[in-house]
Amino acid sequence: MSAGANPAAPTAIRPPEAPVTPVPAAPRRRLADREGALAWIFLMPSVAYIIVLVAVPFVLAIGFAFSDVTAGDPSFDWVGLRNFRRAFDDPVFWQSLTNTVVFTGVSMVLIVLLGKVLANILMADFRGKWVVRFLVLLPWTTPVALSSVAWLWMLDSIFSPIDWVLRELSLLGQEGALFGDASNMYWLGKPGLAMTSVIAVHVWRITPLAAVIMMAGLVAIPRDLEEAAQVDGAGYWRRMFEVTIPMVLPVAAVAALFGVVFTFTDIAVVDVLTRGGPNNSTQVLTSWAFFRGIEGGDIGQGAATALFMFPILLAAAVAILRAVRRMEVR
Amino acid sequence: MATGATTAAQADRLRRRYARRYVGRRIGVYLAAVTAAFLCAAPFLWSTITAFKQNRDLYTPANNPFRFNRPATPDHVTYLFERTAFVTFAWNTLWVGALVVAITLLLGLPAAYALARLERPWAGWFGVAIFLVYLVPPTLLFLSMSRVVVELGLQDSTWSLVVVYPTITIPVSVWLLIGFLKTVPRDIEEQAMVDGYSRLAAFWRAVVPLAFPGVVAVVVFAFTLTASEYIYALSFVSPTEEKVVSTGVPTELIRGDVFFWQSLQAATVLVAVPIAFVFNLFLDRFIAGFTQGAVKG
Repeated sequence: MSAGANPAAPTAIRPPEAPVTPVPAAPRRRLADREGALAWIFLMPSVAYIIVLVAVPFVLAIGFAFSDVTAGDPSFDWVGLRNFRRAFDDPVFWQSLTNTVVFTGVSMVLIVLLGKVLANILMADFRGKWVVRFLVLLPWTTPVALSSVAWLWMLDSIFSPIDWVLRELSLLGQEGALFGDASNMYWLGKPGLAMTSVIAVHVWRITPLAAVIMMAGLVAIPRDLEEAAQVDGAGYWRRMFEVTIPMVLPVAAVAALFGVVFTFTDIAVVDVLTRGGPNNSTQVLTSWAFFRGIEGGDIGQGAATALFMFPILLAAAVAILRAVRRMEVR
Repeated sequence: MATGATTAAQADRLRRRYARRYVGRRIGVYLAAVTAAFLCAAPFLWSTITAFKQNRDLYTPANNPFRFNRPATPDHVTYLFERTAFVTFAWNTLWVGALVVAITLLLGLPAAYALARLERPWAGWFGVAIFLVYLVPPTLLFLSMSRVVVELGLQDSTWSLVVVYPTITIPVSVWLLIGFLKTVPRDIEEQAMVDGYSRLAAFWRAVVPLAFPGVVAVVVFAFTLTASEYIYALSFVSPTEEKVVSTGVPTELIRGDVFFWQSLQAATVLVAVPIAFVFNLFLDRFIAGFTQGAVKG
């Protein structure tokens, strides 16, 4: 009668205090037992919350994109595709779009590769692992705006310690030095370098999360599978391509998905480090939408620009989730 | 005898080679671990050194930046606590985080249970749909969301963040919780129901306690997301005393072009260390739940 009678049942179950009077199961079909109703009752609060605070603003955002709403004049007038046409006419928009694609693509590849490397390191056995894990988690758990501030100081145009080290190594600040004869690199001041810096900070920030996700996947891979392949005479590369990679792929896809979302939706790194500069060379869709919509006050234009992210994100998400499903079925 | 000696010598040589290879591999592991830790923590190390430097030391480009060329000073850290609203920001982040986590669990746990266990045919795609909500970025919604916040009368109040942040945390948390709840064996709630519990009571009394470690991992994850959020906090809340850490520190400690570098870096380290510390405590559980939630969701 009691849970203790079943050896499989853990002790966490507290059976009713009076097991002497067994309760007949049949007449107890109350509301709390009807699964269909219960499922809806359980889901409703979350669904309602999301509809009110995500679906409504989402529809509103689409509305804004087709209207002439500005910060000064919040009245809503339909203007059709004018905002989109104006966005397309602006070369900065196209530059932001290109930057976003480059930014997301490059960081995603790096995040997945480095995440795998980092995951392997964290899964190895060594002393002081706790401290290493703590230090490795720092980039991701620190609020973005704050870690960006730390990087802003790290990449300072005059006091960057990286520049100091390069100068000490005679790689910078001399005639014929590898990085030029200027006394500083101006990490955030030159277009190509600024983009590299922003991507580097992003990769630095999200790689630990990717590593954690990958660890979850790698832990789940049965070790004997690889051993069996080895016994069967499969070499290192064969094992790599036919056992390890197919097993890691689903979880790598999930890591990539998170990487895309975090890269796409983030504005803090660009906002704090470069504010889109120099010359819009690090401007991405999010920051451009923010500068047009909030700082420029042209809400319609900002919303139209922001809306551009959605189909790209949706396509990426659907593609990755599908890939994961297909791999699972196999 | 002679052959025995050679085999012994060979065995010895082999053993030594294996030992060398083993030592080599160990050194490799430690090198890799130290490099990874250094690359990840470098900005924070530099921040920590910076926080205690005197101005005349810090702002001399010729000085070795990694050394105290003048005696270390706690002045800038004291400044952070006494002359800025840092403590208020930290407190705001804490209570907003706590309330958001509470709302998230209150709404997310039942939803995750419904999707993990209640055998609805639509549970699969519904779970994916909820997760997809997470992909609607705040950067897309903040313009219209600020209108909603104004309608709710919460403009320029920290409470606006309490209301809005669950939209970010609920979708991911439900996704993760589905995984954690699926790890609880079905027999357990069936046993509980045989013992006379209703489905509801079985969920609350048997499943939730067993999924508790996973729930804690979700709590930590949701809190981290809340503390990191930037764009909503930036666009909804402007009075100093209502700000949270992630917007307060960069905006209040940078006035125009004047950067209070030492205090800024001190604030960064003071916020970063505790969050990473707590997260590290629950990392293993987080990893354990992630496989279930993400891959088998």
